[in-house]
Amino acid sequence: MTDIVAFKNVIKRYPGGKAALDGVSLHLRRGEMAFLTGHSGAGKSTLMKLIGLIERPTRGQVVINGTNLAAVKRRQIPRYRQRLGLIFQNYNLLFDRTVFDNVALPLVIRGLGRADIARRVRAALDTVGLLSHERKFPVTLSGGEQQRIGIARAVVDRPYLILADEPTGNLDAALSADIMRLFSRLNEAGTSVMIATHAVDLVERLGYRRIMLDHGHLENN
Amino acid sequence: MARSSRNPNTAAVNTARSRRMTPSTLAAPAQGWASAHARCLLESLGRLYRRWVASLLTTLVIGIALALPTGLYVLMDNLDTLSQSWHRAVQASLYLDDSMGAGQGQALAERLGARNNVADSRFISAQQGLEAFRESSGFGAALDALDDNPLPAVIVITPRAELARAQVGELLVDLEAQPGVARAQLDQAWLARLYAILSVIERAAWVIGLLLSAAVLFIVGNTIRLDIENRREEIEVMKLLGASDAFIRRPFLYSGFWYGLIGAVLALTLLGLCFIALAEPLATLTRSYDGALDLRGLSLNGMLSVLGAGVALGWVGCALTVNRRLAAIEPR
Repeated sequence: MTDIVAFKNVIKRYPGGKAALDGVSLHLRRGEMAFLTGHSGAGKSTLMKLIGLIERPTRGQVVINGTNLAAVKRRQIPRYRQRLGLIFQNYNLLFDRTVFDNVALPLVIRGLGRADIARRVRAALDTVGLLSHERKFPVTLSGGEQQRIGIARAVVDRPYLILADEPTGNLDAALSADIMRLFSRLNEAGTSVMIATHAVDLVERLGYRRIMLDHGHLENN
Repeated sequence: MARSSRNPNTAAVNTARSRRMTPSTLAAPAQGWASAHARCLLESLGRLYRRWVASLLTTLVIGIALALPTGLYVLMDNLDTLSQSWHRAVQASLYLDDSMGAGQGQALAERLGARNNVADSRFISAQQGLEAFRESSGFGAALDALDDNPLPAVIVITPRAELARAQVGELLVDLEAQPGVARAQLDQAWLARLYAILSVIERAAWVIGLLLSAAVLFIVGNTIRLDIENRREEIEVMKLLGASDAFIRRPFLYSGFWYGLIGAVLALTLLGLCFIALAEPLATLTRSYDGALDLRGLSLNGMLSVLGAGVALGWVGCALTVNRRLAAIEPR
């Protein structure tokens, strides 16, 4: 159980298409941080979706934190997702709510008390350096700041795994580096992190493990 | 950036992490659950308020749909009370056989008058009848031309006021069966017609009530459907963050609750306005009946029933839509 993510011979075929993932086996150790790279259409997003149970594999086994996802029934998915920290390319913030309410959402979903929520949201906002912005609305923030809010929301409920799908896809190089440093810090605090990204040069500079996908296959490196 | 670098913000993550199982976190969910519901209820109301024009139109349609059958019910209730008071004035005429003499007729009238379901009985001999007719009709000369009296002797029976309609009917059958009675007739056949009309109105109120209740279900359902469509992205995000179907459904169900409740309040308001509008002509009508007409509005129970029906329809209309719609929205 030292693996937080374990793919065993996973095939994912979408209806009427060729395999997006074609026999992928990979492991991410607990506390490890890794980048998932590859050209578009290589299967990065599909792999992330399988972990988030947004898609189910056609064949093969996905085990996350010791749980075989095949055993997670539809109505158990919400509870399973609550333990993941998902981060998206387009941030997926709710624009009719304040920064505070956006970050609080996972805790509200879990039904925590007000005081508890306030304390944890402030801790999370502090982590991403946006504590002073809690009363603002996301529209008033820059892209980089919005993504930090997205990250604060992902870590507020202390997930065991952070999954980020192209988190810097809409950001310039400097902001991207900032965001990646934030991920390093979260990883240092003990959370496992998996980031799908195009930004190969940035990844190389950071020096973390790279998992490369090519046409649904894992490339050995 | 080197992995070993320390940053003050990392400390925040660490403190948050160490707080995992304190007693306050264990007690929090139950306490949070109630306050989350209360908050959600108010948030739903706030959401309706932010789009108040659309919300007002929806609730107004619901209000009118609820007001129509309720108004019919109030009308029926009043007519029913009115017919009760008319019912007390009902009299039955017993036409006696020609073979009955005046003495026998008088005796029968006294015997019938002693019954406990008869309030009053009065014997009118053929001769008295003829004289009364002569006086009131002005056909005196024509009657003189006849050889004998064409009118039968009559006993006029007034049933006790507290008898129900069916009991009056039974009494009539019973009286007709008495020896010497040729025919018994209820004077006010129109009353029977009124009762028939009342039962038609009652049935109509039910049918209209059912149809309009179905309409309310559809209105609420359709409004919620649009609402869900407008908030599709938000729902997807919430599902990605691990929100259960029940959690996502909750604000919509509360919207349904508010639509129903506010619609019912508007229905009662509309009825109240109708009452005010009708007050003056009704007062005139009442005066012409010497105040025998006592117009009644909806009782407290009636009002609570309308509110209850509104809430129930809003909730159900929403529940019927929301499950199907939410199941169709999955993050991609």
